[in-house]
Amino acid sequence: MRRLFLISVPYLWLLALFVVPFLIVLKISLSDTALAIPPYMPTLGFSEGWAGIKQFFADLDFENFVFLTEDDLYWKAYLSSLQIAAISTLLTLLVGYPVAYGMAMAPDEWRPTLMMLVILPFWTSFLIRVYSWIGILSQEGFLNQFLLWTGLISEPLMILNTKIAVYIGIIYTYLPFMILPIYAALEKLDGSLLEAAEDLGCSRLSAFWLVTIPLSKSGIIAGSFLVFIPALGEFVIPSLLGGSGTLMIGKVLWEEFFSNRDWPVASAVAVVLLLILIIPIILFQRNEQKEREKDQ
Amino acid sequence: MKKRLLTMTAIAALCAGAATAEEVRVYNWSDYIDEELLTKFEAETGIKLIYDVFDSNEVLETKMLAGSSGYDVVVPTGTFLQRQITAGAFQKLDKTKLSNMGNMWDVVEKRTAKYDPDNAYSINYMWGTTGIGVNVGKVKEVLGEDAPIDSWDLVFKPENMEKLASCGVFFLDAPAEMIPAALKYIGEDPDSHDPDVIAKAEPIYMAIRPYIQKFNSSEYINALANGDICVAVGWSGDILQSRDRAAEADNGVEIAYNAPKEGAQMWFDQMAIPVDAPNPDAAHKFLNFIMDAQNMAAASNYVYYANGNKASQEFLVEDVIGDPAIYPSAAALDNLFTTTPYNAKVQRVVTRMWTKIKSGT
Repeated sequence: MRRLFLISVPYLWLLALFVVPFLIVLKISLSDTALAIPPYMPTLGFSEGWAGIKQFFADLDFENFVFLTEDDLYWKAYLSSLQIAAISTLLTLLVGYPVAYGMAMAPDEWRPTLMMLVILPFWTSFLIRVYSWIGILSQEGFLNQFLLWTGLISEPLMILNTKIAVYIGIIYTYLPFMILPIYAALEKLDGSLLEAAEDLGCSRLSAFWLVTIPLSKSGIIAGSFLVFIPALGEFVIPSLLGGSGTLMIGKVLWEEFFSNRDWPVASAVAVVLLLILIIPIILFQRNEQKEREKDQ
Repeated sequence: MKKRLLTMTAIAALCAGAATAEEVRVYNWSDYIDEELLTKFEAETGIKLIYDVFDSNEVLETKMLAGSSGYDVVVPTGTFLQRQITAGAFQKLDKTKLSNMGNMWDVVEKRTAKYDPDNAYSINYMWGTTGIGVNVGKVKEVLGEDAPIDSWDLVFKPENMEKLASCGVFFLDAPAEMIPAALKYIGEDPDSHDPDVIAKAEPIYMAIRPYIQKFNSSEYINALANGDICVAVGWSGDILQSRDRAAEADNGVEIAYNAPKEGAQMWFDQMAIPVDAPNPDAAHKFLNFIMDAQNMAAASNYVYYANGNKASQEFLVEDVIGDPAIYPSAAALDNLFTTTPYNAKVQRVVTRMWTKIKSGT
């Protein structure tokens, strides 16, 4: 009984915070728009009894999903988001791994302080931190003023309102999500394994490559997921730092929802986005599990 | 039993407390009021005022159509108001509670009746035009002394924009205003709902798109005042606020606003009460407070927008009432056009085209 209770908690969590909202979105994606409150039809009315419910399901159709395939805007936005998310995940990994490595190698008494420094930015609102990048990157911003002062450039660089600014924003914002899991993996690393590798003739570099990296794989994967998934649907960073030309699915969704007032199409876009994310993750996890079973 | 009685009285006291602490939630545009008016309202009426802001009609409309927004007073623009009235989002005003109704200006009421017949659901808060704000010094430096700052030529001619791109150009992210402007520029009916006519705006924007730094409806006030950009297509009062901020900062930036001579759009921001407003009584009190001649004048003097309140005009400072960019002459008024809301199908065409213009896809 106690066991059942323990198992049911995560499932209830999943049901309340994922399955139910998803079903609501799915239902809206199968409806039609209307000029009303709320702006779609049909709405589920229980007053008419069974016939009303039957009529409700009869009115649903997949035309909004068909519509998504008819306009190239949508798949282009999905692809562009995937590209931006993938590149920023890679860059975040390149910046985050050395930081995590340095933290794990640091003397024990420093670690709490270093950990604190990684978490510290979270004490300020995410929005304010992204906004302050506007002040750094703008034409009259700190970065340009500094570069002009050093004489490296003679004209201010156009960074704000470009894709580069979006990458900077994403890397900055999600860096702690990359560092923390990698650090957790590296911290557990048994130093004697590295000594053994060196004793057996490995150079330090190849020992790092053959021992440290594979043993921190779980951290790399967890960090990459934590960065990639939110970056894919990111809306705030591209709309504040990116130019109007930065096409991302989050913005397309916003436009469907707010400009077109087309909740059904917006919901269809969201459902497809979820499928894009969930299917590879499930396949990946299954693959991992198989490998783990093979090892045993 | 005694304990239970105590609990019940406690609950009753709590409920009574909730009922007497009257509050009103107002949802208005950003940078759109003199904040002293908010404290004045609280002091005069004893009603707690909660004031939130937005920067696009789309955001407001989505909240209205989702229902139960929790707001008591909202401020949509005329075209949006009209559609939201059709959707049943607002309640009729109880004019017996609005003793200052007589202060309103018939010239404006006649025009707003196009969106809200008999002005049954709304009162005019501010009105203005959509035009061009320039950093005079920088634009003349780039285009020469005779730069056409009072004409759509400035932003719709690619050769001008090519040069202006170096100092930065922002456009409003508001297709319902930017597309009519382009149509007016090429001599088409700016209020056309015909997709074939609307499509004619696309090549105009495509030709200048590479030179537009950003489409945004609120950042240009600061960007223009700081000298980050030199041209902004935006709303009259916002650009005049930017002019003011630059003057205060004394940073050598001189901003000027013009409603282009080919014709500019005139719009009306209307205060209305959502159908499900939690405190409609307090909302009426707020509207009546705003319609007071001196209060309305204080708001206009602060935000540099014209209002629809005739009685307030005697309290307006010369900088506002005497500025033709804010209160245009009768002849200039004839040169302004208004538009009507698109239906869902045309709206999709417009949004799609706007996305294509903005992102190239």
